[in-house]
Amino acid sequence: MSKAENVETIPAHPETATLEGKNKFIGFWLFLGGETVLFGTLFATFLALRNKTNGGPAAHDLFSLSTVFAATVILLVSSLTSVFAVMAMRDRAVGKMQFWFLITVLLGIAFLVLEITEFKEYLHEHLGYSTSAFSSSFYTLVGTHGCHVLFGVLWISTITIQAFKKGITTVTAPKYYVASLYWHFIDVVWVFIFTVVYLLGIAGR
Amino acid sequence: MSVNAESLMQPNQKNGLFSWLKTWLTTVDHKKIAVLYLFGGGLFFLIGGIEAMLIRLQLTAPENHFLTGSAYNQVLTMHGTTMIFFVAMPMIFAFMNAVVPLQIGARDVAFPFVNALGFWLFFLGGIILNLSWFLGGAPEAGWTAYAPLSTEYLGRGMDFYVLGLQVAGAGTLMGGINFLVTIINMRAPGMTFMRMPLFTWTAFVTSALILFAFPALTVGLFEIFFDRLFGGNFFNATNGGNSIIFEHIFWIFGHPEVYILILPSFGILSEVISTFSKKRLFGYHSMVFATILIGFLAFMVWVHHMFTVGLGPIANTIFALATMAIAVPTGIKIFNWIFTMWGGQIRFTTANLYAVSFIPTFVMGGVTGVMLAIPAADFQFQDSYFVVAHFHYVIVGGVILGLFAGLYYWWPKMFGRCLNETLGKINFWFFFIGFHVTFFPQHFLGLMGMPRRYFTYLPGEHLTTLNVVSSIGAIGMAIGVITLVVNIVYTFVKGEKAEGDAWGTGRTLEWSIPSPAPEYNFAQTPLVKGIDTYWKEKMDGNKKVTAAEPLGDVHMPSPSIMPFLMSISLTIVSFGFIFSDKGVHRTVSFAVAGIGIAMMLGCMLVRSIKDDSGFHIHKEEIIETEKGMSK
Ligand code: HEM
Ligand SMILES: [Cu+2]
Repeated sequence: MSKAENVETIPAHPETATLEGKNKFIGFWLFLGGETVLFGTLFATFLALRNKTNGGPAAHDLFSLSTVFAATVILLVSSLTSVFAVMAMRDRAVGKMQFWFLITVLLGIAFLVLEITEFKEYLHEHLGYSTSAFSSSFYTLVGTHGCHVLFGVLWISTITIQAFKKGITTVTAPKYYVASLYWHFIDVVWVFIFTVVYLLGIAGR
Repeated sequence: MSVNAESLMQPNQKNGLFSWLKTWLTTVDHKKIAVLYLFGGGLFFLIGGIEAMLIRLQLTAPENHFLTGSAYNQVLTMHGTTMIFFVAMPMIFAFMNAVVPLQIGARDVAFPFVNALGFWLFFLGGIILNLSWFLGGAPEAGWTAYAPLSTEYLGRGMDFYVLGLQVAGAGTLMGGINFLVTIINMRAPGMTFMRMPLFTWTAFVTSALILFAFPALTVGLFEIFFDRLFGGNFFNATNGGNSIIFEHIFWIFGHPEVYILILPSFGILSEVISTFSKKRLFGYHSMVFATILIGFLAFMVWVHHMFTVGLGPIANTIFALATMAIAVPTGIKIFNWIFTMWGGQIRFTTANLYAVSFIPTFVMGGVTGVMLAIPAADFQFQDSYFVVAHFHYVIVGGVILGLFAGLYYWWPKMFGRCLNETLGKINFWFFFIGFHVTFFPQHFLGLMGMPRRYFTYLPGEHLTTLNVVSSIGAIGMAIGVITLVVNIVYTFVKGEKAEGDAWGTGRTLEWSIPSPAPEYNFAQTPLVKGIDTYWKEKMDGNKKVTAAEPLGDVHMPSPSIMPFLMSISLTIVSFGFIFSDKGVHRTVSFAVAGIGIAMMLGCMLVRSIKDDSGFHIHKEEIIETEKGMSK
């Protein structure tokens, strides 16, 4: 699979071994800082509008803990599997890394399927995007997160496939690392969505 | 444009227009991107300036019928939006690109590819916005685009506003991250944070503000976008929405934005004043501290734009105090500049004239700022010409004077020729006097009750005289700007060749290398020994800065057309959405947007698959180039 000579030549933390790698590493952390503001603003809007149901269905009429809980578990586990992938990367085990990234991607797809079925059900219960201020802010916040998951799935898939040819080098390692960082971030955002949107929606009125 | 090409010696430029175009469309060199930003911003500056003249023309006489109603609103909105997002922002990025890597002893920015992408997104964002003139009318809700005016009452122009700013904003955000990483990671050996030149410091803090402020704008614009195109209810009160949310989001972005604009000008002033006083900057450490403090406070004051909304006395008081607190670090800076000049051997070059004139002008803007920060008084000032006077004093009298100082100061470094000083002084005096004649009377117009954003006033209101004075001043500013254009053309044709240390009293690293800087910037990475390291070396009798590495091959990133193609993709997406409002051929327009998104993802995939290994400039080649260049 990977080129044999890589195993000897690359250092213990290949993701930050070169200046380019370090740049990517810090740049991506900063980017996540910006993403935090982005989601923070969406959360703020949602919190301001979450009770403005305009006569349409409200959070506690719709949300069922079981599906959302399943989605949460799936996403948390996928974060763990992406950690395994990065650990495999540091051990220069390409195959193993690809395996764990594959699991991560599959879990991401499972999460998306759950989310889409959930949205379909809400539509069925007459919560359209234009129903109320609650519905617009809900779909926008959760949908933006969903788009991030979708992008993560596409991204991790492409680099996992590329790993067949490129292996683990000081050029590719930062890419794997940064992708897994992104995946953790999505996961953290979901934890907030779970609490602020769903738990608060069901429990706190 | 051959003048331009000639002055930027490019060996592979001999075969005509096509390769000239190719060089500029594919460049990832920070020095070339700086030139692109400068001329891109300059183009929009001329457009925004014409819009300003149209506004003044309308307001010169009472009950004038030259430009009324919707047409006036469009010109007014486009003027403000253009000047903030497509003039001031790119000019700042022009200087950050031209100067920051040189000041920290780096060969390029951290992400050269992203740097090019940032430029093209900005430029095409501006094109998208301006195409609205020809495709159904420009936006007309003011540069602030308050909802529900922008969501429920206006036409397609607002879609151009939303998507143009969205595209340009994405570019700005990338630029911000790029400069943060560049400054954190790419400093030459010995260049500690507390040895960084002040301009680099302000670039750093400004980039941090961009990082934390622009995503809020992104969300605000998306919410307008969803309300307009997909029937969202964020700001629709009938269905439970709340338009005050938009005001909060806009100003949480908007106030940091005004400090994003002013901080680099503060930095430019610190460089120019100390160079032309032949003294080190007074109070370097307090300058750094004040910069960081201003950056921090910038996020704490947004409600001063919303005093009259009715958030209550407690909120208003807290934000009033926070706003007034910003005057303290700003005052520190003002005094430090004055003390830098104190006892110096001051030379009044055009650059320094601009820098020195900044000080009293900006102070006046700050004083009206503190006046506006008193909520009880602001109930009177709000939405009057007094506010217009305030922000023009800080933005034109601050940001623009600072940028012009930087333009004259760094032009030799960017292009290898000095702008003409005689023309420069004509340019300065017309612009400076014209500015005060235009905007000083506007304070009084405001106090006399003239509201902002109205297209006319009545003859019996005693507003005519001051409005005429204001318009005459605007002509002065226009003559100043035209002189600048003449100067630029003249300099390209006949300008004097510049030395490496163009002003003779340069203190920072950019002056230690030839003008214009060679492609690789530093033949050898410099070793930095303190603040104003080049000055130190000169005082020690050295002609060159001590090197931190032996002469060797230099690795460079390859040029790429991808940034341009990616930006085109997003432009296609934007047009898809712009023409999808209110059911007109929705499937077609969404298909267009879909194609754009697919193109974008395709570009990203190609970028991910193809690793750029770059190329090397060989040692011999560097020695050859260094010999041939002016020193
Ligand atoms: C540093 C550069 C500054 C810039 C670029 C700037 C820019 C602006 C702009 C553009 C507005 C108009 C907003 C609108 O469209 O209504 C404004 C308003 C205001 N500025 Fe500044 N400003 C600056 C400094 C200051 C300072 C130093 C203060 C106070 C210490 C201040 C206080 C205010 C207040 C209170 C308003 C609200 C006025 C109102 O709308 O009633 N500004 N500023
Ligand atoms: Cu403000």
